[in-house]
Amino acid sequence: MKRSIVCRCEDISEEDVIHAIDEGYTDIEELRKKLRIGMGPCQGRVCIQIVARILEKKTGKKVATTPLPTVRPPIIPVSLGTLASENDEK
Amino acid sequence: MKSKADVVIIGGGVNGCSLAYKLAKKGLDVVVLEKKYLSSGATGACGAGIRQQWSTRENALLAIKSVKMFEQLSRELGQDIEFRQGGYLIAVHDEKEMEQAEKNVAMQRSLGLKVDILKPEEITSVVPILDVQGMKAIGATFCPTDGHANPFRTTFAYADAARSLGAEINTHTTVMNLKITKKAIRTVVTDKGSIQTNVVVNAAGIDSKGIAEMVHIHLPLTPMRKEIMATERLQPLFEAMVISFKDGIYFSQQKEGQIVGGIPIPEEKGGYKTMPTFRFLEHMSRTLTRYAPMLKHVNLLRHWTGFYDVTPDARPILGEVKGIKGFLQCNGFSGHGFMISPMVTELLTDLIVEGKTSEVLQNLTLDRFKDNNIEKELSVVG
Repeated sequence: MKRSIVCRCEDISEEDVIHAIDEGYTDIEELRKKLRIGMGPCQGRVCIQIVARILEKKTGKKVATTPLPTVRPPIIPVSLGTLASENDEK
Repeated sequence: MKSKADVVIIGGGVNGCSLAYKLAKKGLDVVVLEKKYLSSGATGACGAGIRQQWSTRENALLAIKSVKMFEQLSRELGQDIEFRQGGYLIAVHDEKEMEQAEKNVAMQRSLGLKVDILKPEEITSVVPILDVQGMKAIGATFCPTDGHANPFRTTFAYADAARSLGAEINTHTTVMNLKITKKAIRTVVTDKGSIQTNVVVNAAGIDSKGIAEMVHIHLPLTPMRKEIMATERLQPLFEAMVISFKDGIYFSQQKEGQIVGGIPIPEEKGGYKTMPTFRFLEHMSRTLTRYAPMLKHVNLLRHWTGFYDVTPDARPILGEVKGIKGFLQCNGFSGHGFMISPMVTELLTDLIVEGKTSEVLQNLTLDRFKDNNIEKELSVVG
């Protein structure tokens, strides 16, 4: 079976996104929480634009008017050891 | 949007959607109003834990009965909510904490819950990655039937089931006003039209306070900003949720493999600010690597903010408000709304459909603050 991968981090295909939109999840945040798109190490840099385009095709919501999901820092993964070593605990 | 309904629920979190499902199942005409999207508030930001080990009888009862319902929920709703019972391990750090823990365990056991008090050397047999010396534990309590579930999946599954039973769920719809006639709720005014109804349930999380103020009811709710983090996915390392009331930390490994956890920032005050802080990352990573040193090699992917709607006794406000017929509260969960939602919505359904009240519901009405009849929940974390 051929699958077009939309989200590489969470292994989500175009069909998965279309199926979720058909079920009524037409909000980008709801799609994120339903499918985990944007929750992997890339934080949505690969998938969100593609999902927004599928959403436009399915619902007519323009990509430009679809808000990006909330940014959740850090921008790139950081190890807990690095974060813990910055300064001594007060 | 419908212009008439038997019940209008304000808030599309886990409690709002669960209540919509249960009322629709009883044949009632239900409308849910959600300002943003489903699970956009505390539900979607929460730590996903389901715990029965509480210090007050009401919370323990609500949680024990909720777990029985969570066990059946995936089957009932026809969707996997990823409920898993890996237990909760509560670290005990000193004699005073041990005294309270023994009191809690005695009460929990009297309600039929299986809870054990662990010796320090037994802690790592439950959670192998812990460093007992690093976490400064003199023991722990452990309840094997505690666990966690996926809050998004749970909320969406309730919403899907409610919709298929005829409930109307309106997202991106804001409540502007509530109208009362002869001391009873009559109308809910939204930015998309008005709905006539005799019952309104206020399940709007931290926004519940503003909703109640529309009819001049004061709810003693304080929004407390909380931060949570998630790591990258890992192989299964441990099954239990680890928490400490003294350090405030909690963390568990979810089904997908990521470790999710939080800790309060010591100097944090109440408020509505949502920006995640570096202070949290420092404090969390230091405490977490003290508890489990091997995690220092693990990458943190994301952290985010959510709110606890905190009441003076850290217990929810439920049921009808005196003076306004048909205005029900379902808020003030103080950080544990997800885990007790099955039983809370069951009790409210009984109240709405049959007018049946219960001891637990009566002890958790808004009136308890007026009479100063409060018993504080001590087992609070995060």
